[in-house]
Amino acid sequence: MKKSSRGRLHWQPIIGATIVLFMLAVAIVGPFLMPYGEAEIVGFAFDLPSPEHPLGTDVLGRDVMTRLVYGARNSIGLALAVVVLSFLFGASLGLLSATLGRGVDFVLSRFFDLILAIPQKVFALLLLAILGTSLPVLIIVVAFLDSPRVFRISRAIGLEINALDFVETARLRGDSGLGIMLRETLPNSLPTLVSEFGLRFCFIFLFISALSFLGLGLQPPSADWGNMVRENASLIGFGEMMPLYPAFAIALLAVGVNLVTEWLAERWSNPAHE
Amino acid sequence: MSDIMSDMTQTSTPLVVFEDVRIEAGQASDPKVLAQGISFSLERGKVLGLIGESGAGKSTIGLAALGYLRGGCRVAGGRILLSGQDIVPDLGRKGVLDLRSTRIAYVAQSAAASFNPAYRLIDQCVEMALDRRLMSRAEAEERAHAYFKRFRIADPVEFGRRFPHQVSGGQLQRAMLAMAMLCQPEVIVFDEPTTALDVTTQIEVLATIRDALAEEGLAGIYISHDLALISQIADDIVVLRHGKIVEQGPTGQIVNAPEADYTRNLLDQTPLARQPDRTTRDAPRVDIRDAQGSYGQLKVLKGVDLRIGQAQSVALVGESGSGKSTLARALMGLFPLTSGRIELDGQQIGSLSSRKASVLQKLQLIHQYPDTALNPRQSIRKILTIPLRRFTRLRGAALEARLRELLRQVELPETLIDRYPPALSGGQKQRVCIARALAAEPEILVCDEVTASLDKLTADEITRLLGRLQTEQGLSTLLITHDFSLVRALADEVIVMRRGEVVEAGPMAEVTERPQHPYTRRLIASIPTFEPGWLDAQRVAEA
Repeated sequence: MKKSSRGRLHWQPIIGATIVLFMLAVAIVGPFLMPYGEAEIVGFAFDLPSPEHPLGTDVLGRDVMTRLVYGARNSIGLALAVVVLSFLFGASLGLLSATLGRGVDFVLSRFFDLILAIPQKVFALLLLAILGTSLPVLIIVVAFLDSPRVFRISRAIGLEINALDFVETARLRGDSGLGIMLRETLPNSLPTLVSEFGLRFCFIFLFISALSFLGLGLQPPSADWGNMVRENASLIGFGEMMPLYPAFAIALLAVGVNLVTEWLAERWSNPAHE
Repeated sequence: MSDIMSDMTQTSTPLVVFEDVRIEAGQASDPKVLAQGISFSLERGKVLGLIGESGAGKSTIGLAALGYLRGGCRVAGGRILLSGQDIVPDLGRKGVLDLRSTRIAYVAQSAAASFNPAYRLIDQCVEMALDRRLMSRAEAEERAHAYFKRFRIADPVEFGRRFPHQVSGGQLQRAMLAMAMLCQPEVIVFDEPTTALDVTTQIEVLATIRDALAEEGLAGIYISHDLALISQIADDIVVLRHGKIVEQGPTGQIVNAPEADYTRNLLDQTPLARQPDRTTRDAPRVDIRDAQGSYGQLKVLKGVDLRIGQAQSVALVGESGSGKSTLARALMGLFPLTSGRIELDGQQIGSLSSRKASVLQKLQLIHQYPDTALNPRQSIRKILTIPLRRFTRLRGAALEARLRELLRQVELPETLIDRYPPALSGGQKQRVCIARALAAEPEILVCDEVTASLDKLTADEITRLLGRLQTEQGLSTLLITHDFSLVRALADEVIVMRRGEVVEAGPMAEVTERPQHPYTRRLIASIPTFEPGWLDAQRVAEA
């Protein structure tokens, strides 16, 4: 991590934070400023950009600009909820597994292996078909399916940290497993976990849009960016820009989030500079 | 190529010249100076010793001679010449790459970490020669085998077929020397090549290096923190401190007539002041009887007895693999014995999880590496507060006062209290580790090679501190070490271990002055001295 020169540290968080804050502002305030509704049909399908519809209209004649803004709220909110939940679940169990070891580690590791053994999308399909596709269910199911990866990486970092002498010192003074995990292991695994958070956040976007493609993601007429790409994909063949707007929004957010998390990880991995 | 050839024939030009070299890291506007005003020259066939404590810039300078700088570092001034050629601007990136290993080679400190564990030794030794198309594979292998043989490796062909983990540290270091010499370089940079080895293995590797350089007429830059060691191999010595040259000159002059105070301190052989002997007739505090233990099939403890009396200091010495650390870990409850008894004040103590808080409090361990023994994300205050809260009833103002008292006891300034470990030097970190152990108000202190990762001056300071604490607080201590100056200064009793067995035990003065067992004699004789010809004498003695 020391490879990056100090020069990069200065613009990296600024650009990243600008992107993320802008996206968040759009997601939170945006929907109140839009003249049209999320699912309101305001014109013909695939209208070209005009003063009333700066980015044109989509396949059903809804305002693309409006749907992008609502999409920001839905997509970011959904992905954020999923990643937070998946980290709470996966990282806490991963670190616990590494710290307690033995039986606990064995049982937890095999449990997560089991989830990993079933193809993720098929498993999602199954669970969503059984449990329905309401928003809370969607969030929990996707977070659950994403957590094995978080579990495995947290467990690996945890094992590495727990081999260090300061953890042995904690054991020698009789600290409990939970105490060691919270005081010794967790703070030292944060740099890696934070950068992993940024990465997983972007994967979740793609996963949810894949689910949407199967009709199991966010249900229409709610706008989400992944969905919007798919709905309007047919336009690509005509050389139109429209499907690229939501795709571009996803890419931009991914870059922004990773710039911020990478910078945070780098900063935190060097507590002397705090 | 032609000008290189002509250079090689010019014997009058020194081989390596540093001219007022300055190396910086960080931003150009606010640079961190790693080395400055570095000037020296190295003739063909000579060995130059670079000595200094960690952070003195010796590795940075050694690597710069290879035209290599770690990420973020740069040569900000001066020139580095190889046969009169300024290597950085003249040769360019490609040229510098060609230079390495064909004209300058490198032998790293930890051979175990430098070899790729997935390839056989022979493949790694010939890789550079094949990559540079200097010779055919058969030719390269033959040369490598010849070097192995010269370095006293019994079956060179079989040795080459092995993987790095299948040979010993000393053999691996010799394989790396063979790798460095294979392409017939003019200079080899040795970066602490024997630091990770036991003292007895160190002699063997050191002698091999010296003979190999002499036979081929190669020049060497030898980096070390051990002045005695360097005096055995180097023709000239450069003493470095804080990135600057303190003193430089021929070895005899540096050793016999040093000018700088710092060099004099490094040369100081006066034994550290010793506390009066503590012999006790009371029942032992710690009593280990017939300790046996194994890692899988390998028996590491074969029936070891150990007793530590009240306020007594026992040193456990031996090479790596002797079982001394394992015995200490068994005492701490970290290693389960297969048979035998460990008693504390007459009570048997078992595995860590079965020990009561009062037992945990009485026994405190100080680790070898202060870098990994402190959580880098906890401030010094936090590190010391945790054991205080766990083992004492101090709270609030009383706890705060105790924190400051602890820092005073280990001679650290109070201003460090809110700093984090990465901001501290190695010696300061080890003091924090000692303070943390003292915070628990222990009765028995187990010190696992506490001075091994420190340079001589810092190690001496830590030794003095431990001696003072022993007397002031009446602590019983178990010292696991191979450092005989630590033993002489602190220990009352010495136990010498070899391959899981005690070969000699007795009062300190007796064991160190009149060792009975040949192994003890060899251990003591293996410590480098400033005596000219010491290395040859050791070799003869061994043969």
